[in-house]
Amino acid sequence: MLSEKEGLELLQREDILALGQAANALRQKIHPGREVTFIVDRNINYSNVCVNECRFCAFFRPKGHKDAYVLPLPAILDKIQETVDAGGTQVMIQGGLHPELDLDYYLTMLRAIKKRFVISIHSFTATEILYFARQAGRSVRDTLLLLQDAGLDSLPGGGAEILVDRVRKQVSPKKIMTDDWLYVMECAHSIGMETTATMVIGLGETMAERIEHMERIRALQEKTGGFRAFITWSYQPGNTQLGGQTTSSWDYLRTLALSRLYMENVQHIQGSWVTQGERIGQMTLAFGADDLGSIMLEENVVRAAGTSYEMSIDKMVQTIEGSGFKAAQRDTKYKVIRRF
Amino acid sequence: MSELQAAQKAAAGIRLSFAEARELYETADLLDLAVWARQAKERKSGRDVYYNVNRQINLSNICTAGCPLCAFSCTSEARQAFVLELEDVRRMIEQTAATTKGLSEIHMVSALHPEKDFTYYIDIVRLVKELLPQVHLKAFTPVEIVHFSEISGLSIEQVLRTLQAAGLDSLPGGGAEILDDEVRKVICPHKASSAQWIETMKTAHRLGILTNATMMYGHVESIEQRLRHLFTLRDIQDETGGFQAYVAFPFHPDNTKLSDLPKTGSWEDLRMIALSRLILDNFDHIKAFWIMLTQPIAQLSLAFGADDLDGTVEEEKIIHAAGAKTKTRISKEDIEAMICESGYTPVQRDTFYRPVESAQLEKMEVGKNVK
Repeated sequence: MLSEKEGLELLQREDILALGQAANALRQKIHPGREVTFIVDRNINYSNVCVNECRFCAFFRPKGHKDAYVLPLPAILDKIQETVDAGGTQVMIQGGLHPELDLDYYLTMLRAIKKRFVISIHSFTATEILYFARQAGRSVRDTLLLLQDAGLDSLPGGGAEILVDRVRKQVSPKKIMTDDWLYVMECAHSIGMETTATMVIGLGETMAERIEHMERIRALQEKTGGFRAFITWSYQPGNTQLGGQTTSSWDYLRTLALSRLYMENVQHIQGSWVTQGERIGQMTLAFGADDLGSIMLEENVVRAAGTSYEMSIDKMVQTIEGSGFKAAQRDTKYKVIRRF
Repeated sequence: MSELQAAQKAAAGIRLSFAEARELYETADLLDLAVWARQAKERKSGRDVYYNVNRQINLSNICTAGCPLCAFSCTSEARQAFVLELEDVRRMIEQTAATTKGLSEIHMVSALHPEKDFTYYIDIVRLVKELLPQVHLKAFTPVEIVHFSEISGLSIEQVLRTLQAAGLDSLPGGGAEILDDEVRKVICPHKASSAQWIETMKTAHRLGILTNATMMYGHVESIEQRLRHLFTLRDIQDETGGFQAYVAFPFHPDNTKLSDLPKTGSWEDLRMIALSRLILDNFDHIKAFWIMLTQPIAQLSLAFGADDLDGTVEEEKIIHAAGAKTKTRISKEDIEAMICESGYTPVQRDTFYRPVESAQLEKMEVGKNVK
């Protein structure tokens, strides 16, 4: 495995094509078939009320704001019915840190979903889990066990941003810090609840801080093996308090390739067409990605920041096949359920 | 065995045969193609990547050709129909000169207007050169030149000589589409044939008028026809040496009569850029047109053999009519930043790929040539 120093050296200086070729060779070794997967799911943002007020976020509203909302349970169930009807196999329910919703609200929601549908619930980021636990006065582990018992299958990897407190203090000072995020993930893995991990680049972090982020994920993965995938997003500056520029696709592809090379112990590297568009999304397949994530029947958070790319199953299959790979729909555990 | 040979040739910069090019298209890994194409680029232009500060002008969209591939052209009755008269062009040029620092090229491509006679076009050329004598005028695709020949009764050579005398500096490379009449029958049945396009280019080169060459791909052509097109361009270049740059246009189907065709992916676009750099070993420059490719893919193409990002453009109507979601202008600073991030050196060029020195820029400065 690469040392942090080697990783940094590569990220800073290695030629983009050399990075791509090395990442591609490693992908080929880990996934010897020519298969690239995607999932059909829906993001349901149950509420946009959030006490964290992160500077990079365009989605949240303070409680009492005219655009603030909480979806009633029947509305959530309707959305899940539509998801199932559209061939979806997963829901990703995420919201803000709503000060008045308690753990029972979430447990009731999960039970109602599982009672009516056969669908994977890949929901709530570490940030939300920790908040639920604190609101309920329970340990993170107990909270996760209750959620798991009510039907929560796995955690998405959001809220990681950059796992370096210097950066977090600048962009999301009220959000959980690095150790807390990792602690929630470790607790989840310890009860057999697998997760993914993300990284958001372009938040003002240094290259060394990106490596530090990857190192923290890699180290925890060595210990628990609970991360299914690693996903790099690029920060979307539209309508946010932080503002600024988005990082280039050049940088995105280099970082994506390096993430494959650095985290040899994470099986799946996901390319983000959602933040990069389908044209760079397709190119991630030459730079080490083996999965293109979800076609996302609904994605409010990214859309709020002014980025809206549309994807359908047909377009996804075309994108994958256009790069010489075979397209396959997967479930949350990365098991292939349909080939094209 | 033979694949190894094609790859070895590509890596060594040895001229490819058609069969070898075809083999590379079908079997070579995308990033391998990129590595070889980038080596070829560096043999031609070292660490330099070019751009220019230009302004595009479309004189009219009223066109008798009615090509199924086009979303821009219309009849004179259409709501969006327009024609620029001399006074409109004068205003446009004056405004551009006053607002565009370092403008070095006017790029003018238009339609086959049913009523405008050849004199109109000559007058436009004279006017542009009178207003901006130091700015290069690159205008009229071979399709337009053939049209001028038809409406004036002059030969292609006479048309070109007349325009040259009026001040025309070079020709863009458009209208080539795929140089195969079987394909043209479907996508552009009423415009210049392959033979006419080729004849116009060869004539221009003979008269000392340099041109570009293009290919529009990703519609009804086969891979065979696409590659043949590139070999046709290579043959012409062997004969005349008059092509400055090759530009690939991925087909944009929206609002055209071929709108049910899918758009090419970025994978295919970059593969074609790399492959064209390898096939067109006698072309000095491969241009990545960011308006068609999108900026991120245009930047990435610098690792796939392209050495020119075209220009700041300022206005673009034809490709945007076909659904392009890109901007219509980009600042000099943005282009330079894109190039620098790729590790190459940005060079602001004139149309002949000569670096534009700051002293020259001073001379072309805002409005100095405009009365």
